[in-house]
Amino acid sequence: MAGSSEFTGVDFYDMDALLSEEERAVRDTVRSWVDDQLMPVIGDCYLEGRFPKQLIPGMAELGLFGANLPEEYGCAGLNNVAYGLIMQELERGDSGIRSFASVQGALVMYPIYAFGSEEQKKHWLPKLATGAEIGCFGLTEPDYGSNPGGMITTARETADGWVLNGTKMWITNGSQATVSIIWAKTGDLDDQKSIRGFIVPTNSPGFTAKDQKGKLSLRASDTSELHLQDVHVGKDALLPNSGGLKSPLMCLTQARYGIAWGGVGAAMACYDEARRYAANRVMFGKPIAATQLQQERLAEMLTEITKAQLLVLQLGRLKDEGKATPSRVSLAKRNNVNMACECAREARRLLGGNGILVEYHSMRHMANLESVYTYEGTHDMHSLILGQEITGLAAY
Amino acid sequence: MKIAICLRRVPDTTAKIAIGPSGTSIDETGVKFVPNPYDEYALEAGIALRDAAGTGETVVVAFGGDAVQETMRTALAMGVDRAVHLQGTPSADGLANARVLADHLRDGGYDLILFGKVAVDDYGQQTGAMVAELLGRPCATAITSLVIEGGTAKVTREVEGGVESAHCALPAVFTCDKGLNTPRLPGLKGIMAAKKKPLDIIPTTAGASRVTILSLALPPERQAGRIVGEGAAAVPALMAALTTEAKVL
Repeated sequence: MAGSSEFTGVDFYDMDALLSEEERAVRDTVRSWVDDQLMPVIGDCYLEGRFPKQLIPGMAELGLFGANLPEEYGCAGLNNVAYGLIMQELERGDSGIRSFASVQGALVMYPIYAFGSEEQKKHWLPKLATGAEIGCFGLTEPDYGSNPGGMITTARETADGWVLNGTKMWITNGSQATVSIIWAKTGDLDDQKSIRGFIVPTNSPGFTAKDQKGKLSLRASDTSELHLQDVHVGKDALLPNSGGLKSPLMCLTQARYGIAWGGVGAAMACYDEARRYAANRVMFGKPIAATQLQQERLAEMLTEITKAQLLVLQLGRLKDEGKATPSRVSLAKRNNVNMACECAREARRLLGGNGILVEYHSMRHMANLESVYTYEGTHDMHSLILGQEITGLAAY
Repeated sequence: MKIAICLRRVPDTTAKIAIGPSGTSIDETGVKFVPNPYDEYALEAGIALRDAAGTGETVVVAFGGDAVQETMRTALAMGVDRAVHLQGTPSADGLANARVLADHLRDGGYDLILFGKVAVDDYGQQTGAMVAELLGRPCATAITSLVIEGGTAKVTREVEGGVESAHCALPAVFTCDKGLNTPRLPGLKGIMAAKKKPLDIIPTTAGASRVTILSLALPPERQAGRIVGEGAAAVPALMAALTTEAKVL
């Protein structure tokens, strides 16, 4: 039932008052959807290592994919705060589900919107918004993670199009995607300016995707390796306005923005679970909430969550004004995901032995967040981005 | 078909309720308000009937202060076509409120007027049936199914030990129960579209109230449970407690 939801969020500083009515409505709708549709299945999905594919139509129906892109392409046309709140609520459920939405919206729909031709936008964006097409984003390679500019995937122009060769790794949604955005060098391997983006259907001959097995994190999310061997695509596969490493990095800035909000969601879930557990768990004849050690844990979590909430809200307002610079986004991703990692770990500890069980959520979040800490620019890389911003000197 | 859905704004059922300084109303500070959950069944029924017919109009009507507009926009986001805000202060007297609604709905040309079976804040369960009576229209309360065929509505109601089927001619008034349908969530496009849908404001005053709320009190704190023992050995003590203390056996 819309509106009634067991999870009531964390709002110590009356941040609701800083949100518009629509922003709150968006948040509440996604919160209800997560309660009704995701929470009942996420534990099993996580244990079984599968993404809950059956939820894709419902997510599309609500309008969760590319929700901050314009209505003329079949999207919801939300502002960036409402978009961030979607990411927050999805990650309150599970980082893997938020990752799916991030990839579809920020890493597949956004580059088509930002670098695509009008024909490409009209063709692809409505299909991606409705979930008729599922996308993935091929940037990272086995030997080029934090240094994507070193990529060795190539695109060579032919008479009627392009031929792509290379391997991409750690690709969310890779094995279930129907279409991929592949970043490749069209010139010499030492020429980062020659990096261009291509829309490559995953059923193209020579394109294979294989799940990466053995993950101990993001288990309810598909992570794949992509191989492109002499993959021929037409001239219309090129994203005409993409050019240089800056283009994929702009996509990452979009996704990192959502992840900064997502971190708040995961942390809120852990804090909420810890608070309830502490109130009910009796040890030495009193609830553990009445002990100083657990109160310190809860106080720390609430403090950090509140700071992180205000941080992303202002970042969202800046983004709506076109002022969310990459380094501002880096600061938020770095702070909020690290904060969420700490909250998840402390919540898991507060839960004692029960905290290692899947019926509680903190350990699942804790394990997930190790991936979130590492992807979309590792915590360390964001330190270096900020270091460069502060000093003007690159240390990487 | 023209369908009106009457909506109430109520505290979220998970909200922690405190009594305000007057002692006769709740303190709304920090309380989240939502559409009355039973009204959501009415909203869903109205929207689904319009969509199935491919024609017609759904109108959400609410009597209350300005805050009710946000609640009505949830209905608009779900898909209702337009909203009417009967702006004023609802009475403690259900009949006074029913008169306000009936006066507005009387000449609206509505084939169907839907309510939730009860508002989960004051549990009055009066308004829907009273509006039907004031308008001289047939009414069934707490319906769990609704089929419109031609000018006839067929409904079922859950009654003690079974299901009651009934039919009546339109126009009619129904109050809706859980089980009628699964209310949809407002989609994001719906939320954005809701801003652009018409919301008419009509200043309204309820008639004199014949009911006065004297006081509100919170339910007594639940007593902590007591463990009388463990395993089979506990049975005699448990039996004694159930028989002599709780007096349920």
